[in-house]
Amino acid sequence: MKDEKTYLFDNPENIKRVLYILYGCCAVLLALDFVIHRHITHSWENLWGFYPLYGFVGCVILVFVATWLRTFLMRDEDYYEKQETKKTGDHYVDD
Amino acid sequence: MWMIEIPAFVPFFIGALITALTRGTLRSAIMISVPIISVLHLWMIPEGIHLQFSLFEYQLTPYRVDKLSLMFGYVFHIAAFIGIIYSLHLRDTMQQVSAMLYAGSGLGAVFAGDLLTLFIFWELLAFTSVFLIWARRTQRSYVAGMRYLIIQVLSGVILLAGTLFYAAENNTLAFGYIGLDSIAGWLIFIAFGIKCAFPIAHNWLTDAYPEATVTGTVFLSAFTTKVAVYALARAYPGTELLVYIGAAMTCFPIFFAVIENDLRRVLAYSLINQVGFMVVGIGIGTALAINGAVSHAFNDVIFKGLLFMSMGSVLQMTGKINGSDLGGLYKTMPKTTILCIVGAASISAFPLFSGFVSKSMVMAAALEEGFDWIWLMLLFASAGVFHHAGIKIPYFAFFAHDSGIRANDPPKNMLLAMALAASLCIAIGIYPQALYALLPYDTGYNPYDATHVLAQTQLLFFSALAFVWLNLKRMYPPELRSTNLDFEWFYRRAFPSVLKNIFTLIWQADRTLRQEFKLKLAIYLTYIAEKNNRISGLLSRNYPSGNMALWVAVVLASYLFLSFIQ
Repeated sequence: MKDEKTYLFDNPENIKRVLYILYGCCAVLLALDFVIHRHITHSWENLWGFYPLYGFVGCVILVFVATWLRTFLMRDEDYYEKQETKKTGDHYVDD
Repeated sequence: MWMIEIPAFVPFFIGALITALTRGTLRSAIMISVPIISVLHLWMIPEGIHLQFSLFEYQLTPYRVDKLSLMFGYVFHIAAFIGIIYSLHLRDTMQQVSAMLYAGSGLGAVFAGDLLTLFIFWELLAFTSVFLIWARRTQRSYVAGMRYLIIQVLSGVILLAGTLFYAAENNTLAFGYIGLDSIAGWLIFIAFGIKCAFPIAHNWLTDAYPEATVTGTVFLSAFTTKVAVYALARAYPGTELLVYIGAAMTCFPIFFAVIENDLRRVLAYSLINQVGFMVVGIGIGTALAINGAVSHAFNDVIFKGLLFMSMGSVLQMTGKINGSDLGGLYKTMPKTTILCIVGAASISAFPLFSGFVSKSMVMAAALEEGFDWIWLMLLFASAGVFHHAGIKIPYFAFFAHDSGIRANDPPKNMLLAMALAASLCIAIGIYPQALYALLPYDTGYNPYDATHVLAQTQLLFFSALAFVWLNLKRMYPPELRSTNLDFEWFYRRAFPSVLKNIFTLIWQADRTLRQEFKLKLAIYLTYIAEKNNRISGLLSRNYPSGNMALWVAVVLASYLFLSFIQ
């Protein structure tokens, strides 16, 4: 069935606009590092672009590690139920 | 002034009773009025001990009011009020009564001035809340509720053991600073830790909360873990071990949250992550850190409640909660989308939202006290929480690919509850002084200086940039129908399998032994029967006489043997 209405993000232009706004904000925030003087508590904070870099790299690592975790942590959706129902099934057989 | 002596849990317990006896509009009116009356009552209560009596030689204090307990008392009222409005459309006596009792038990626990009273409410929290899980009325929720109940009761039993040790060591039951230098201290610490979802003991939360009802999870997310945070703040402030436990709690759940499909389970992992920040604050133990922990607990109850409410609305209206089944809901659920985004911004600690004004205190305290590595972990966790709770939840539910589901916004009462929570999130974010005035210590902390705001905004925007980049490069892990193994695997799979195998072995050995025994017995019986035959032939032609003679011989031999023993 065709949806008769088009919504905000059905238009790819609008998605692009949102992304450009995000890129713009990021650029401005990075530039503000030159302008605003911080009260430093820790020497790492002094590095240029410490927070932006940490946020970006941290998230990329987070996603990569999580994806890698999937290789050995992921099971079927009914992994536990299968066993639990099988167990009750056994019971009926035994009883 | 008899009114002062009514502890805060009493209105809720009476309210639960009336709720059980009434129906329809009257019930709704009573349920709404209970938290309002109760909080007004609490507002007028001065600090101090208001109810005390002795039991045997111990002093019991069921009602003690100070700044720390008041803070939790207020937020529990807010949570109960919002939760009740959110569940007004329900026609389910079991859920509504148990929600009232559960909220009352939470209040009873935070105003308990002695360990025995605390223990009673500790167990009541478990027994009243499990009905919110069972009310889903599925086999899955039934077994999840059972596991939840077993673990919660275990925590209570350990608390009771710790209380007994404590009473024996200190000759008092007063609930104050305990510390880790005695057996009692460790036992109580473990009991609190289980309820606080410490690593390894955390799976009851991620197991049970997503299986509870739409409205039940909203209540569950508010009380149990926050009571545990309160208890830790009361008994173990400045315990360095908590810093490391808390830091672990902030970091490991975010990996699971990224790959989890059930969006309410993502929120459950994120709840552990947020509690981790509070635990770190308690562990650091300075005035700023404790303030941070307590205010973060306050804010978390509201914004986590908001997020659970928005995901509850999605579940209610679409019947689905897996990220892989959802998407594109912003088209027909615009109000829920906006309210969810407010919750997401709050938990991610965007400036001008509530999470920012409390989390930054814990981070600042970690830096001030020289916990550099812990600070880095918290910073990573802050970026991570934005990633999974701030972006993933709204993105996969409301945007992403269009799932074709055209569900409407939920009923008005649910929207109103979410709107209330969202306005509180924004109000606290814009005017944090109102929250700070309630805090146990006066530190003069100001979150809105250029350093904090810039650092946090940079961190968040570049985390968002990472999400966009990964998505555009198609490297972001897709939502898949799956179960991810966690520590619970040990007690849901490994332990039962091992037990099953052990029992199989035991039964096999038992069977062989019994068969051997039966065989031997048969041989001996034939042997005796033969003897018997011969004796019969000797003594008598009749079978019973020979038998008799044999048994007389046995009895005489026993007598002889017994006489030797004496």
